[in-house]
Amino acid sequence: MVSLSVNGMLVKVPEGTTILDAAKKMNFRIPTLCQHDDLCVAGNCRVCVVEQLGAKSLVAACAVPVSEGMQILTNSLKVRSARKHIIELLLSEHNADCTKCYKNGMCELQNLSNEFAVGDHIFIDLNTIKEYTIDRFSPSIQKDDSKCIRCQRCVRTCEQLQGVNALTVAFKGDQQRITTFEDLSMAEVICTNCGQCINRCPTGALVERTYLDEVWDAILDPTKHVVVQTAPAVRVGLGEELGFEPGKRVTGQMVAALKRLGFDSVLDTDFTADLTIMEEGTELLTRLKRALVDKDSDVALPMTTSCSPGWVKFIEHTFPEYLPNVSSCKSPQQMFGALAKTYYADVRKLDPKDIVSVSIMPCTAKKYEANRPEMRSSGYKDVDYVLTTRELARMIKQAGVDFNMLKEDKYDSIMGASSGAGVIFGATGGVMEAALRTAYEIVTGREVPFENLNITPVRGMEGVRQASVLIEDCKEEWSFLNGVELKCAVAHGLVNARELMDGVKSGEINVHFIEVMACPGGCLGGGGQPIPTNEEIRRKRTEAIYAEDMSMEVRKSHENPEIISIYKEFLGEPLGHKSHELLHTHYTERVRY
Amino acid sequence: MSSQHVKRVDLIFEKIECRDVLKKIVDMEPDAISQEILDSDLKGRGGAGFPTGLKWRFAAKEKESIKYIICNADEGEPGTFKDREILDQVPGKVFCGMAIAGKAIGAKMGYVYLRGEYKFLIPKLNKELIEFHKTMDEFNQNFRIQIRLGSGAYICGEESALFESMEGKRGEPRNKPPYPTTSGLFGKPTVINNVETLVHTVMIMNYGAAHFRELGTKDSRGSKVFSISGDTPKAGIYELELGMTVDEFVNDFGDGDTKAVQVGGASGFCVPRKKFDETIIGFEGVPTGGSMKLFNSSRSMYNVLHNYLDFFTEESCGQCTPCRVGCQQLLKGVEAVKQGEKNSKYLDELVKLAKTMKRASKCGLGQSVGNAFGSIVENFKEEIIY
Ligand SMILES: Cc1cc2nc3c(=O)[nH]c(=O)nc-3n(C[C@H](O)[C@H](O)[C@H](O)COP(=O)(O)O)c2cc1C
Ligand code: SF4
Repeated sequence: MVSLSVNGMLVKVPEGTTILDAAKKMNFRIPTLCQHDDLCVAGNCRVCVVEQLGAKSLVAACAVPVSEGMQILTNSLKVRSARKHIIELLLSEHNADCTKCYKNGMCELQNLSNEFAVGDHIFIDLNTIKEYTIDRFSPSIQKDDSKCIRCQRCVRTCEQLQGVNALTVAFKGDQQRITTFEDLSMAEVICTNCGQCINRCPTGALVERTYLDEVWDAILDPTKHVVVQTAPAVRVGLGEELGFEPGKRVTGQMVAALKRLGFDSVLDTDFTADLTIMEEGTELLTRLKRALVDKDSDVALPMTTSCSPGWVKFIEHTFPEYLPNVSSCKSPQQMFGALAKTYYADVRKLDPKDIVSVSIMPCTAKKYEANRPEMRSSGYKDVDYVLTTRELARMIKQAGVDFNMLKEDKYDSIMGASSGAGVIFGATGGVMEAALRTAYEIVTGREVPFENLNITPVRGMEGVRQASVLIEDCKEEWSFLNGVELKCAVAHGLVNARELMDGVKSGEINVHFIEVMACPGGCLGGGGQPIPTNEEIRRKRTEAIYAEDMSMEVRKSHENPEIISIYKEFLGEPLGHKSHELLHTHYTERVRY
Repeated sequence: MSSQHVKRVDLIFEKIECRDVLKKIVDMEPDAISQEILDSDLKGRGGAGFPTGLKWRFAAKEKESIKYIICNADEGEPGTFKDREILDQVPGKVFCGMAIAGKAIGAKMGYVYLRGEYKFLIPKLNKELIEFHKTMDEFNQNFRIQIRLGSGAYICGEESALFESMEGKRGEPRNKPPYPTTSGLFGKPTVINNVETLVHTVMIMNYGAAHFRELGTKDSRGSKVFSISGDTPKAGIYELELGMTVDEFVNDFGDGDTKAVQVGGASGFCVPRKKFDETIIGFEGVPTGGSMKLFNSSRSMYNVLHNYLDFFTEESCGQCTPCRVGCQQLLKGVEAVKQGEKNSKYLDELVKLAKTMKRASKCGLGQSVGNAFGSIVENFKEEIIY
């Protein structure tokens, strides 16, 4: 332990603690901008400078570890004047059109400027001197350098959490800025559209491309039938944007709100998550059969999941040789879209051209996914508009819906019923767990041998996790799996996905089935989820997801009654002709540069 | 005004047998080497003036098997050109100094980080390196040296930015602590010294610490190589004893009309005529990495300042706010004052800003912009405003 004083008060903290954390322990919050709990220390914004008695200059509280006998002042005259200067400097370089900004009211720089009552504008406006153009080419991410404060959070996110390195610092001095390879637009580089950079951008420099107006227009157009689907992770995140603590489940209120917004039908992506399990589980078993029984050496194993569009684009760029290993299943969002304009249209006797299909996603990559040219198997654009959790919250506010007072409502039918297995798609390891619950039972006729169906070895926050299930006493037609130890691996955050795939490539990791979610924590930590994010918040959302699972009557995808009936009435069987036409897709090798 | 000459010294460029020095140190206890350097009171010649012996001792204490010696030959400070001359004239002594440092801290690998524009020196250095490595082999020493080329960014002379650059990354200064002696190149304990510092260590090991201490003052021992330029009839490179006043210096090197001397390059201080005799060139007064630029009355100090600010605005790595934006504000600010867009009071705001930059910037670059700014504005206010 190290003792030091903060503003004259003594405190003991473990060695290696930063001044920032030591001060926090004494209930002194030191303002920060470039610091983020998920990222390595940068120490570049200098907003957190404090005075260390005896030191020549001020020190960055986020970057300097405590030392014995240190005396820190967090609010001295020197600190105050430096801090105010720094905020003024940032503002002088910043396009401070706050009232017109997408992040108005949610901007960390704005908050600081407010806290320090910076109104003098002593410095010369540098922003207008420079020329900026907003990059609006990506369907997911909008980048506006005029709002950038060069904290490099996005660069660190893309590098350290995602291992993608689409964003980088370029040039120096007054020309220094955050850009991409050869200054290309975000749509033209290896960006996976995951939006993790957006989640960590303190200002409005990186935001989602918003489609709120388009959705409102559709809702208010009487000739359109607007269906909305909600992804599993949205229900455990939305509350945070509307005044609840992290970890609050707001499923019923969310459904009620969506109905009040005027959507014609409020449906659940969890339904197609269950459907994904049926298709993907069958696909895995088929691949295993080809490998083990037919001794077909062409079959691509391990098979990987395909529900995370960030992961799909990542593998297309980074490990294209493994594209045959990616499950051909569309993501639940896209399965839903394809069915909305076929199955749903049939049952509800609607002309698919009048249907507008909207999805609420914790994700920005879903916006890109919906725009892929191959995602039109219904004959129309399967999903017309994708909104993030944050955009939904904004919609709710715009419509003046008093969210806190809403009574819980239920999803509409058809395509509104789901199982706990569909819900846990929102957490890392969830697809794996849901798949195991179903596949094991298909093969053996028994439930997975885990208490309450909770396959805890695939859960957790470790970057790469491996687990296995021994398959015994199979049903007749699956007897080739008798004694097989089904091995699986789970990764979340693309930097971990890269590690996992490198392991697969080198032969170090030898498994049958791989789940990858592009975002830390899985979809619940997605790039469209409420800001801020950190491990604590993601943990709370995770707990909420598993609590939601436990609260469901049906916990296994194959027992979802609407799944049973869609196969009976429409699809026939998993991997059947109709499924192939509507629910499966293919991938494209993409260049890295 | 006396026309006395400042004392000339000939140590750095003195041709000596490096073999003899190496032969002497291979049998020495590493700590005895650091001790000798410590006893000499040698302070780093790259600008910051950290005691070299202490730096070596810190690195020697680290229990890592891999350690590095780096010779900082980035020489980017405007008006500094003495390291080039040293490398050109006595490259063997530079390598010898690196070997001494290597022996003192237990490093087997040394790198010369050479300023990109000094590429032309490489053939000569490589030729000398072959000889050096032969000598090392002869003495059964496995210390090796390689040359790395910079790419023209001033900031890459800053030690931690230099490591980043050598590691193949963008040259941005790191947070300190940890300091290089604990975690430097590739996270290993590293001693980084200026070219001239290393040559001084050779001479100290050759003639002894006491000999070195005979020159200079209590705070600034020994001699120093100066790069002298500007309005002087005697521009060039001179090794001079430390501790002279600016007045003595100007008497020797001025053109009779010197109104100011910029000591230490863009990151140094501007000394006006009225302070010549009270200002000592050395760590007790104004320190310098070697650059001495003389200005006579034909020079506009506004232009001088503008030039420096232009330089910093471009050469700041851009990562930290006070430096990146501060430089731009100082530059635009003095322009606005000059053009009458801001009144002269605005200079006071800028002086305060420069103070913040000094206190809150992440590295030495941002921390020293205020040196030239503060001293020029303070002493030549009229020239800035009118
Ligand atoms: C912006 C900046 C540029 C620097 N450039 C150089 C340089 O070109 N050469 C040099 O020896 N030291 C330079 N330094 C100082 C180094 O960081 C470091 O202090 C020095 O190399 C240590 O060697 P010394 O102790 O022998 O002086 C620079 C420092 C800063 C902040
Ligand atoms: S002070 Fe300037 S050069 Fe140094 S880290 Fe900050 S921006 Fe970069």
